[in-house]
Amino acid sequence: MFNIVEKRRWYFLFSAVLVGLSVTAMIVSTAKFGQPMRIGIDFTGGSIFVLEFEQSIREEDLRQAFVEQGLDRAIVQPLGSPEEHTWQVRTREVTANEVGSLLNKLEEQVGRIDRDSLTFDTVEPTVGGEVARAAGLAVLVASVVILAFMWFSFRRVPNAFRYGVCTIVGMTYNLIIAFGFYALMGILAGWEVDALFLTAILTVIGFSVQDVIVVFDRIRENIPRHRHEPYEKVVNRSILETLHRSLATQLNAMFVMIAIILFGGTTIKPFVATMLVGMVSETYAAIFIAVPLLVAWEKAAVRRAARRAAT
Amino acid sequence: MKKSETWQLAVILLIALVAIFVDLNIEHPDWAEALLFWQPSSQRDIALRLGLDLQGGLQILLAADVPEGEELDAASMETVRQIVENRVNGLGLTEPVVQAQGEQRIIVELPGIENPEQAVETIKGTALLEFVDAGNILLPPGTLITTTLGGPSITPQATQVTPTIPTSSLEDPTAGVIYDTILTGAALKNVGLDQQQGQYIIPFELNPDATETFAEYTGSHVGQYLCIVLDKAVISCPKVREPIPNGQASISGDFTFESARQLALQLRYGALPVPLRVESFNRIGATLGAESVQKSIRAGAIGLGIVLLFMLIYYRLPGGLADLALIIYVLINFALYKLVPITLTLPGIAGFILSSGMAVDANILIFERMKEELRRGRGLRSAIKIGFGRAWSSIRDGQISTLIICTILFSFGRSFGASIVQGFAITLAIGTIVNVFTAVFVTRTFARQVAASASKWLAERKWLLGV
Repeated sequence: MFNIVEKRRWYFLFSAVLVGLSVTAMIVSTAKFGQPMRIGIDFTGGSIFVLEFEQSIREEDLRQAFVEQGLDRAIVQPLGSPEEHTWQVRTREVTANEVGSLLNKLEEQVGRIDRDSLTFDTVEPTVGGEVARAAGLAVLVASVVILAFMWFSFRRVPNAFRYGVCTIVGMTYNLIIAFGFYALMGILAGWEVDALFLTAILTVIGFSVQDVIVVFDRIRENIPRHRHEPYEKVVNRSILETLHRSLATQLNAMFVMIAIILFGGTTIKPFVATMLVGMVSETYAAIFIAVPLLVAWEKAAVRRAARRAAT
Repeated sequence: MKKSETWQLAVILLIALVAIFVDLNIEHPDWAEALLFWQPSSQRDIALRLGLDLQGGLQILLAADVPEGEELDAASMETVRQIVENRVNGLGLTEPVVQAQGEQRIIVELPGIENPEQAVETIKGTALLEFVDAGNILLPPGTLITTTLGGPSITPQATQVTPTIPTSSLEDPTAGVIYDTILTGAALKNVGLDQQQGQYIIPFELNPDATETFAEYTGSHVGQYLCIVLDKAVISCPKVREPIPNGQASISGDFTFESARQLALQLRYGALPVPLRVESFNRIGATLGAESVQKSIRAGAIGLGIVLLFMLIYYRLPGGLADLALIIYVLINFALYKLVPITLTLPGIAGFILSSGMAVDANILIFERMKEELRRGRGLRSAIKIGFGRAWSSIRDGQISTLIICTILFSFGRSFGASIVQGFAITLAIGTIVNVFTAVFVTRTFARQVAASASKWLAERKWLLGV
């Protein structure tokens, strides 16, 4: 029988390397932008404009028009290929009354804007702060509720507490990887944390117990069935028995998410990509972190008990 | 075949047919739409509703600007919402949305509007309350009229994007008529709410300088209608019973407590009872929205296609049954979006596509169990029974954790007008619930049918079961 649990030290090492990479990405991001991940206007307040001009324009003119409007700290970036003439501009919050005159100025000084595709978004800084606090709260509540639920459904298993702790470790790993991935994409592609990122994280939290539940369920069932086998073997058997299911489910979820990333709307790509990373790392964390950790714990407990008996 | 199993099959077939009927992109007959008793009777419609991010438009999040430490009661917030809704309706857009979000926020969605300045001015501006001479014609509430103080604020821009003016206003008796404004809200000194002989009445008192005008008008117009108009929209048309010389009168009518209170509030607060502050606004270009719809449909079709193929190749016959169940799943989901109704947003569609990718998970759990039992030499029928029985606790636990997350997401999105977050949470939650029905009930019924009718034949062709 292929033994996953036996080689657990290697997996722990590999996981540690991935965590290290994620933390590095966040450190680099902090050095570059002052934040572990680039925070978007949903949380900080500010405005974003996506302007599609009818002809090619000069970046200088665009920047100048914003400066003359009193928006001197505007960050101007081209979007898509050059022949799309599409630009994204991020500024401090522009009030509703200013938008009209700003657009007129742009049309006068820069070029005609395709009004049908004109997109902008403004969030007041006070709301942004409030949203950020609520987001932190939501993540906290979600983690606690999910763990409480885990504890509840495994309450009759011996050492239910260990299952809970191993799940927490897996979930934390999962979140670090998702954050690290987003930090990396923030550096490479300018992805910013928005309300949808939060949605993705909460979804990852929700899904991060699914594979663990299936394996733990199987362990729960296999323990009385194979009383003569050592714990490690029962756990390994449970992983292998559920592996097909984990892979098949994972593949299906990956199919649809990759389809959305490749063919779906641009605005939700970061959102879906984060969920994809979270889900893949979730299955990995269940098989290679949470469950082997359970075995390591059991072994340590057995060893401790033996030592105590010896003295 | 057991009788109960035939029944189950019939129920599934019926549900699938109803779902197909709802899903069809046709004009649904009126009797079908009239069956949607949970929707307000004026809005019963079997149609897919697209969110602002898919059709383009302007979304504004407004918050009541109450001084710190002061509480805002639900009634005045409701009044604010009503007034905002009246003003938004005055813009003449198709299907604008005005919704309370949490305790202090209102979200306004204006499809097709571009200029936030104009929209915000319309919404935040002071409401104009007028008493209008309607002569002998009773104007129904909600009618937009032109008075001597001006007409409804439908702007040229707004009419451009909504070329289809509702037919009712085409045959409008008020078209072209300019009504005389007798008094404005400024003339009101006091408005109360009282009961007289079991009927609710609204007594009011006028300022001294308005008393004479009112006395003159009521003196010469007994028996005619005096309409109360807020922002050019008729609220109520009481009849002048007798001349009112002293500026003290009351409005009586067929009021419930609620409708009387509302009218009193509107008279009292022709203007907003609390000032509103713009917290965020967001405009999405219409072409961007249309592009998103197209791309989402393509992404969904490709993703689902691969899942269907995978299940068929990997699990053979049971996979085919799961595919059938998945198709029914998609049909039911879409039907529910139309029936509930759910406004679809881009993340909402992503939630739906994701949930259909996850929907087969329950089947995978079951089939893996079935295969194990078959390999141990069990017969098909008992393998099906054990497979479904054993997998259930894992399926249930997974579904519950997803639903917990959806609840948290929904309440988070609700308090901040983040309708995109809500959209995702709703479609994911509906998908999860429908999934229990299709993946467990529907597939099991199909599997039993196949086992009952072709058990021997299958025993010789085990490869069809993926063993």
